[in-house]
Amino acid sequence: MPRLFGGASMSPVAGRPGWGSGGRRRLVLSLGLLACQVLWASGAAAREGPYFVTYDHQLEEPGNLEISFSPSFATQRGSGSFAAAVVEVEAGLKGWWTTELYLDGQSTVGQGAVFTGFRWENRARLLMREHWVNPVLYVELEDITGADKTLLEVVGHDVEADHALPNRVTRRDRKREAETKLILSSSLGDWNLSENLIAEKNLAGGAWEFGYAVGLSRPLALAARPDPCSFCPENFTAGVEMYGGLGDRDRFGLKDTSHYVAPVVAWNLPSGATLRLSPTFGLNGNSHKFLLRCGVSYEVADFGRRVRRRAGRGDAE
Amino acid sequence: MSRRAKLAVASLAVCTALGCAAVRGTGGTGGAGDVGGAGGAAGAGGGHGLASVPPSVPELVNPFGESPEAAAAGRKLFLLHCAECHGDDGRGSRRAPSLDSRRLRQASAGALFWFLTNGRLVAGMPSWSRLPAARRWQIVAYLQQRSAAGRSESRD
Repeated sequence: MPRLFGGASMSPVAGRPGWGSGGRRRLVLSLGLLACQVLWASGAAAREGPYFVTYDHQLEEPGNLEISFSPSFATQRGSGSFAAAVVEVEAGLKGWWTTELYLDGQSTVGQGAVFTGFRWENRARLLMREHWVNPVLYVELEDITGADKTLLEVVGHDVEADHALPNRVTRRDRKREAETKLILSSSLGDWNLSENLIAEKNLAGGAWEFGYAVGLSRPLALAARPDPCSFCPENFTAGVEMYGGLGDRDRFGLKDTSHYVAPVVAWNLPSGATLRLSPTFGLNGNSHKFLLRCGVSYEVADFGRRVRRRAGRGDAE
Repeated sequence: MSRRAKLAVASLAVCTALGCAAVRGTGGTGGAGDVGGAGGAAGAGGGHGLASVPPSVPELVNPFGESPEAAAAGRKLFLLHCAECHGDDGRGSRRAPSLDSRRLRQASAGALFWFLTNGRLVAGMPSWSRLPAARRWQIVAYLQQRSAAGRSESRD
């Protein structure tokens, strides 16, 4: 996409972009300016649900792009407490299909920060209309290391002790996994009830691991006020989610599994940003005692066309 | 059945489900001329996918009636959620059609509510079931107020 990058120099040898320090600086500058222009002019009202782990059946609007940053802070017995963070880029490809890329990292007290891998997920609605239960199929490919502490899902026999090992050991353990979820989501009056059944498999071998997540949420106010407002109940959604592991194919059940319960709240700002917060509590001795999850999301409307237009390739509107 | 065979069956099931979803995505549930959301030309005929509203949809009554406050709140919600595709004035854009069609002006409140709730995913119109029913009714109140204003303008 040479025109997208505008000023990136071209190598005279093979017609490839030049990656010298000047070219790289121009490329970064061009991308930064492009991102600022696109974000500045295109905030859309994000309608993020409050959940951090549970998925409901609502997908990204087609053409829109949502960027999220979700740090979490956790206590850890037997090792240093840690902060883990996820950057998510979510795109609505069709009304019934959303794809998302995650970049994971963590920082443990006394051990420094590490990038722990990426995930690529796809969600597809199986029924095109609203029903009492709305099923969504979720397929994710992960390429992460054992140092990953994002706890985006809890499956199998995932326990707190897994995170006590030092990063220099766990980061060598690379895991390529396929994760599938059956998302079942219902609108019960103005409540949302979502249940996720999770099955995960290490592609290098090992048994299928299972997990669950359940969420219940509701907006604080049902009708909107006529006047614009930011700090009014209609912009808040609150609820609770619970998730945990269900063992694996060989040892299915609750033995040696961890479970969490978490109140959740989301604040949808008219500017297009959504802020989320969730204090999370471990329910048994295998769980982290406490996690605090935060999230900020920003939705960019009609992202692809805006990028093309800013890069000088879009159709005049 | 060996583990490898089970894995193959599971993979096949996933692929089948995705295939079904894709077929639904391309096959559509409405008529071919029923231009909907993304990719639909601005002001394309009487589309909006309202043709996909089943005739069995009950004639629901808007609990807000013709309340001007509800219509004002609906306009706020429209600007927040709908205008990015349909335009601030509802005249459509490259992403979604105009709301000035005859079919939309004649649609009942119940039909509009049903369509907002279900969307038309195959054509890019999202489902707005994520909004509480009260807010969907407020948007319906605004759309109907807008249609009524359009009718009286055209009479003048």
